[in-house]
Amino acid sequence: MMNKWRNNRAWFLVLPVFVIVAFSAIIPLMTVVNYSVQDIFGPGQRFFVGIEWFKEVLLDQRLHDALFKQLAFSGLVLLIEMPLGIIIALMMPKKGWTSSACLVILALPLLIPWNVIGTIWIIFTRPDIGLFGAFINSTGIAFDHTASGVDAWITLMLMEVWHWTPLVALLAYAGLRAIPEAYYQAAKIDGASAWAIFRFIQLPKMRGVLTIALLLRFMDSFLIYAEPFVLTGGGPGNATTFLSIYLVKIAVGQFDLGPAAAFSLIYFLIILLFCWLFYQALQAVGTGDKS
Amino acid sequence: MKIKKRHFALICYLILLFLPIYWMLNMSLRTNADIMSTFALFPSHPTLENYMKIFSDSSWYSGYINSIIYVTMNTVISLLTALPAAYAFSRFEFIGDKHIFFWLLTNRMAPPAVFLLPFFQLYSTFNLIDTHIAVALSHCLFNVPLAVWILEGFMSGVPREIDETAFIDGYSFPRFFIRVFIPLIRAGIGVTAFFCFMFSWVELLLARTLTTTVAKPIAATMTRTVSATGLDWGLLAAAGILTIVPGALVIWFVRNHLAKGFALGRV
Repeated sequence: MMNKWRNNRAWFLVLPVFVIVAFSAIIPLMTVVNYSVQDIFGPGQRFFVGIEWFKEVLLDQRLHDALFKQLAFSGLVLLIEMPLGIIIALMMPKKGWTSSACLVILALPLLIPWNVIGTIWIIFTRPDIGLFGAFINSTGIAFDHTASGVDAWITLMLMEVWHWTPLVALLAYAGLRAIPEAYYQAAKIDGASAWAIFRFIQLPKMRGVLTIALLLRFMDSFLIYAEPFVLTGGGPGNATTFLSIYLVKIAVGQFDLGPAAAFSLIYFLIILLFCWLFYQALQAVGTGDKS
Repeated sequence: MKIKKRHFALICYLILLFLPIYWMLNMSLRTNADIMSTFALFPSHPTLENYMKIFSDSSWYSGYINSIIYVTMNTVISLLTALPAAYAFSRFEFIGDKHIFFWLLTNRMAPPAVFLLPFFQLYSTFNLIDTHIAVALSHCLFNVPLAVWILEGFMSGVPREIDETAFIDGYSFPRFFIRVFIPLIRAGIGVTAFFCFMFSWVELLLARTLTTTVAKPIAATMTRTVSATGLDWGLLAAAGILTIVPGALVIWFVRNHLAKGFALGRV
């Protein structure tokens, strides 16, 4: 970035955003902080308990389980989605009606409400009436995501990859389209291989959009709720009880507001920490590649 | 030969992508009895019965209208507030700019489950429960930061000489912004609007919590039906297909903008 104009009056331009986001963010956040340090029995009956809930939550074995599963899930999903999305973006036609058609088809899964995604996959993977379920079972492999934890994981991963890879692909495609033709011509003169073009021209140029893609995908996969809730309900057993499903069990199922609030604050901080690390790492990578 | 192989892989991927949606379309055209009794790749006796049911029952079709109303409101609010802010972030240096920029993004990171109750209390205080504006405002929480983030990228791609020239020519700031600057990043605004539309359309937890009957979104209507009437797979599939239609229409109309907008994106 070149030197920008120094002007603190620019704050007036940011003010509307600040007000509207603060209205929806800060007041509820303060309320949650307030819950997290109290024991609430009912309206008017509450006691200050300090950091008691935080201690309880941090020592909760089931929460550790859920966190571990969540990390594994998000990690695996990112490892599949990011490269796959980039490959698809590289394969897409550059112009003409075929590129519009690709964009439209790619965007379709993104436009389906999240609980409907779960519904689609229930239908799709049923062994008796679903295309996928029937296909797998006809090959002789017994596949049932309601009975086997491994199958439930595979189904969820497939669903997540199906649902969100297009977002990475769309963003990566945007990054690729912004590279001037002259860069490719220069590379051609130098006799650069396809890999060299990818490594030294395309990848560095996609850094900005890939940062957005990675952060969005990490946050949303870490917060995933509606799809596994509809598809497996956290089961079989606790196989797919991710953090948010466990959290809802405490908050809504048992109505333990204090621990649930403490839980969600810790949850929030974990995501914040990871996003900040990703953000810093990607910024650093970018400045190193700029040469 | 190499190009053909590449296209073949892409076409395979797109077909795989479309299969689950096709399967839902297939089921939506069959009766529930038919679905449960036979396995068929193509509907043998296609029927529009499920769709008729949805279009004739106001508790069904009003869900679609409600969703479209609050999604549109949210997209407009997000764009109107995000445009000046994104301009400030792309052009000026001011106290706390970097912190605010990152803080905005952190608002997408709050687990909604527990924040639902405070949200409900907050909007009750303002007497906004079960209104479209409540859902639209609550979705600003994650859409406004995203809009600022994306628009800032597009705006930084516009050289600053354009602003300077316009100011020397005697344009006032609002006139410059509306007459000169916005047309320049029109495609970027299209892309941003698409993302706002998308994320607001697919969100369910907040929308369901803040509404009861008058502004109930379609996705919530669907979950209720699942539990209330057992599982009418055909009806459910038809409702699901109809949730894709508005988004598909939006993307069809902005497809050229989208391709162009993506091409302008700064990286």
